[in-house]
Amino acid sequence: MSNIIEAAAAQITKETSMEDVMLWFDLHRLQELYVSLIDSDRLEEWPELFTEDGVYEIVPRENADNRLPIGIMHCFGQPMMRDRIISLRQANVFEPHSYRHMTSGLEFSPVDRDSVEMQSSYVVVQTLTDGETHLYQAGRYFDRVVRTRDGWRYQLKRAIYDTSRVQTLLVTPV
Amino acid sequence: MMRLNIEQTPDVHFPRADGSRIPFKVYNSTEIYQLEQQRIFRGPVWSFVGLEAEIPKANDFKSTYIGDTPIVVTRGTDGSLAAWVNRCAHRGARVCRAARGNTKSHVCVYHQWSYDTQGNLRGVPFRNGSKGSGGMPADFDAKEHGLQQLRVGSYHGLVFATFSEAVPTLVDYIGPTMCKMIDRVFHKPIVYLGCTRQYVRSNWKLYTENVRDPYHASLLHPFFSTFNLVRTSTRVENFRDKSGLHSCGMLYHTEDASDGTAYKEAKVTSFKENLKLEDTSILTNTNEFEDKADIQIQSIFPQLVVQQILNSLATRQLLPKGPDNLELIFNFIGYADDTPEMRHQRVKAANMVGPAGLVSMEDGLATELVQFGIAGSTDELSMVDMGRDATETENFSSMTSEVPVRRFWRAYQELMGL
Repeated sequence: MSNIIEAAAAQITKETSMEDVMLWFDLHRLQELYVSLIDSDRLEEWPELFTEDGVYEIVPRENADNRLPIGIMHCFGQPMMRDRIISLRQANVFEPHSYRHMTSGLEFSPVDRDSVEMQSSYVVVQTLTDGETHLYQAGRYFDRVVRTRDGWRYQLKRAIYDTSRVQTLLVTPV
Repeated sequence: MMRLNIEQTPDVHFPRADGSRIPFKVYNSTEIYQLEQQRIFRGPVWSFVGLEAEIPKANDFKSTYIGDTPIVVTRGTDGSLAAWVNRCAHRGARVCRAARGNTKSHVCVYHQWSYDTQGNLRGVPFRNGSKGSGGMPADFDAKEHGLQQLRVGSYHGLVFATFSEAVPTLVDYIGPTMCKMIDRVFHKPIVYLGCTRQYVRSNWKLYTENVRDPYHASLLHPFFSTFNLVRTSTRVENFRDKSGLHSCGMLYHTEDASDGTAYKEAKVTSFKENLKLEDTSILTNTNEFEDKADIQIQSIFPQLVVQQILNSLATRQLLPKGPDNLELIFNFIGYADDTPEMRHQRVKAANMVGPAGLVSMEDGLATELVQFGIAGSTDELSMVDMGRDATETENFSSMTSEVPVRRFWRAYQELMGL
């Protein structure tokens, strides 16, 4: 993953082309839409930002660092993502809450013409119905995005979180 | 100022001998909490502290807790296990500051006192002073100033430790019935697949009760009933041990021919009739056990839960964090001979458990609701009556029984002298 930062560091010494600008713009737009959908509770649309077979995972950093596979959420394909949202809406029991995402440090490294690896930092604050807002999770996204007929989509998105103790429960994707 | 006398038994009264009435005070009293540290966690019990698979190599270590007390579990150069209180013999500072790692020597940063993996004191800087003055007195004996060492035991790679010299051997403490259930899950070599952690704003005993309570399973967790994993018609067995401290619930795969009629008739609002999963592979269960049980939830008091939910295998370490908080650490495992497909299935099945578990996330919430609800209570009681009239045979195979909870409270009272 550090190769993404290396690629970004190498890129900054070069002259920026129009193609670079467009890619930068597209990737930022994807990330902003991703965050907006979750923070506005439009979760039914969230899986659409992935390819049909896209993978979404939330994994604690201690496992990711030790190359251990287990996380708290693993969706292999859009159907599993939709099942998560159906379960959230209709089956699971939890306190109503909202998220606000803060993201920064987005860097990327093209793999080929139609796929890019990128990473960024995120902080999610959660507000419960008692009116208290608390820092819920800090972490980093590691993404592989691919160009499709409908624009850039996530083929893989891993939220690797530093906040290893999850407070009470996690039901809404980060 | 009044001084708390730890030897004095707090003013908490269980009005019935059968464990069916629990004073709310036991969930939020600081006095009770301190007494539990002494009589339970530093008392005659074996506390689960981790898996051998987490520290497979010589000189591997992990930091954890027994109750409030920070400890370190190590594997020596010869492969043997040791555990010691993570508190420097000199000034009490935390010696080991990493969660996990590998080292032959644990050094306290404050004054560089160093200890071996067993916790024996190996080095004291300037022990003989400097420039001919200072240093330790002549009667200083390094052998008397090691870290506080604990008794350690391992059963099928599950590591336990105790402060007590009086508690029987680990196998005797677990008991033959509970050993058999552990043997079931740990019948072949395992590998560690990672951990997840959940922090809950409730007293640790609310979780202890939760894992002994078959009654809540299909009611609190709609995912269970809706997708026919667990309903009250499910064939169940509630195993007990002699002490009453441990318990094991087994749930066997049972087709519900009525399609949830019992839930509709009982007006269980958490049951959703028309809910279907698009991708049912999460519920795929490659049968790994002769008895075809879908679920094993086994509790070895006070810090361990062994869990099999379909193909998800894990231990849960329960840690008290003051009277009002607990931490759960889920250690996920697979078998060493898993195929890549099976390993993938275990990762998929992990979706069901832990802090984001489709069938378990509500446990944290439910215990928090109790902790919230009992605020301001004085002498009120929790009531645990389900199955109180039933025979032992009936309760053994009933989902609507609270016998394991009552049994636990009787054993708790005995340990605590309440």
